[in-house]
Amino acid sequence: MGVRIDVTNLNAWYGTNHTLQDITLNIPANHATALIGPSGCGKSTFVRCLNRMHETNPIARVTGTVRIGDLDIYNDAKPVQVRRRVGMVFQRPNPFPTMSIYDNVASGLKLNGYSNRRVLDEIVEKSLKNSALWDEVKDDLKKKSGASLSGGQQQRLCIARALAVDPEVLLMDEPASALDPVSTSKIEDLIFQLKSQYTIVIVTHNMQQAARVAEKTGFFLNGRMVEFDSTHKIFTNPSDKRTEDYITGRFG
Amino acid sequence: MGLENFKSESFKSRIRTITDGAVTVLAILATVLVVLPLVVIFGYLVYKGASSLNLAFFTQIPKPEGEDGGGMANAIVGSAVLLGISSAIGVPIGIGGGIFLAEYGRGTKLANAVRFTADVLNGVPSIVMGLAAYALIVSPHIGFLPFVGHFSAFSGGVALGIMMIPTVCRTTEEMLLMVPHAVREAALGLGVPAWRSVLSITVKTASPGIITGCMLAFARVAGETAPLLFTALGNSFMSTSLDRPIEALPLQIYVYALSPYDDQHRLAWAGALVLISLIVVAVSLVRYVTSRGVLKGAS
Repeated sequence: MGVRIDVTNLNAWYGTNHTLQDITLNIPANHATALIGPSGCGKSTFVRCLNRMHETNPIARVTGTVRIGDLDIYNDAKPVQVRRRVGMVFQRPNPFPTMSIYDNVASGLKLNGYSNRRVLDEIVEKSLKNSALWDEVKDDLKKKSGASLSGGQQQRLCIARALAVDPEVLLMDEPASALDPVSTSKIEDLIFQLKSQYTIVIVTHNMQQAARVAEKTGFFLNGRMVEFDSTHKIFTNPSDKRTEDYITGRFG
Repeated sequence: MGLENFKSESFKSRIRTITDGAVTVLAILATVLVVLPLVVIFGYLVYKGASSLNLAFFTQIPKPEGEDGGGMANAIVGSAVLLGISSAIGVPIGIGGGIFLAEYGRGTKLANAVRFTADVLNGVPSIVMGLAAYALIVSPHIGFLPFVGHFSAFSGGVALGIMMIPTVCRTTEEMLLMVPHAVREAALGLGVPAWRSVLSITVKTASPGIITGCMLAFARVAGETAPLLFTALGNSFMSTSLDRPIEALPLQIYVYALSPYDDQHRLAWAGALVLISLIVVAVSLVRYVTSRGVLKGAS
């Protein structure tokens, strides 16, 4: 089951570039939350701070607190532990090219030392069913490479891979921006089904997408969070003039 | 605006066709020039050497000088032993160095120093490598150390192994750098520890290229004579001991080619043919073994 995320006074830098400034935000459990804003506004950096991926860049720095459920991820945990609880799906599908479909899904468990065959089989099947890919690949699980699938299938494979380690939170950084409309709608359907079991944070450039899948939406601009409210309110009656300008297409 | 001429069909169209044809011909010519020497050399070796190949060549050791017959069984076995030692040294150290350069040391002074050293080492003449192994292993007289103080298969293997390191190291680095950043991020995002991600994901993804690098280094040292002259020395008898002098195909070819006997010339030709064939067989075998289990659509 998903857990809530509480972010307090989060600041992030790339070198001297202050990319996130004083973000305080409470993300509800078992809902989808969308983050919108123009390119370079800091929304991707924000989600990368939620699983400590931001700091994999040597010049990056973070201050503030992030709680995933009860866990203070910057003070009480190692990055590896955090990332096992917080799954991530990236903008471009990135299956492991040398691994079979099966091994891709099982990789999070296998590479962390888990090897019970029977349990792995069950988890792989369940994860692929959860990501709506099972019927398309069940006959080629161990025969085909993850890289042999189409772009949309690869992205669903990456979602299955993230789900297989049973995370509490699923971060999605523009998961459909490299996909065609049919694949995009499949990913959206999937988010719709998954959000009852996981806390989902999705970064998107596509405002219709935010409106379709998310209960809550946050608007980022120049490294600050301008407004965070129910999706309905953000898109029909935003409190901030800048939000209104952005969603009506006046800039960005 | 005067562009009517530019847009017309005939504008420079003849020159374009001719240029296109010329470039195609040049490319084909270059390809032929690349492949031709290999075909000619191999053809000539078959022409000169094939007639001396028989069962005795592979099973017997050399006959005393002046006597016809005999074979190079000792040299074939010796080359295998030497290449085994050199691969055992050159492949792990080279791959380890390449992993350091690409994954851990990126941008550090140490990595730049290692990279520079490897490039210099790559350019060191092979005879100098043999001298170094001679000075370090063959010539010192330290009684209690094994393999030290005399000519031995071990010292020859070390000389060849050190020669393999820079090639393996730099190709490993290049191949690891070609693995997309997204693949590394995917592994990190799953909570996989960095060392595990490097070994099971990055190195595995780059493994076809790394294996090619190892094979290149292997093929190169398999034909080396100079580093063995004052290390492995040569041995007219069958030996597999690491502690004693050992024969090698290039050494035997070198000695026989300079001998005054026609029969030894013929054996030298046959030896050269066998050396090249064995390299081709070894490389193909490694390729075959490592390409099994590659999945449909894997890149």
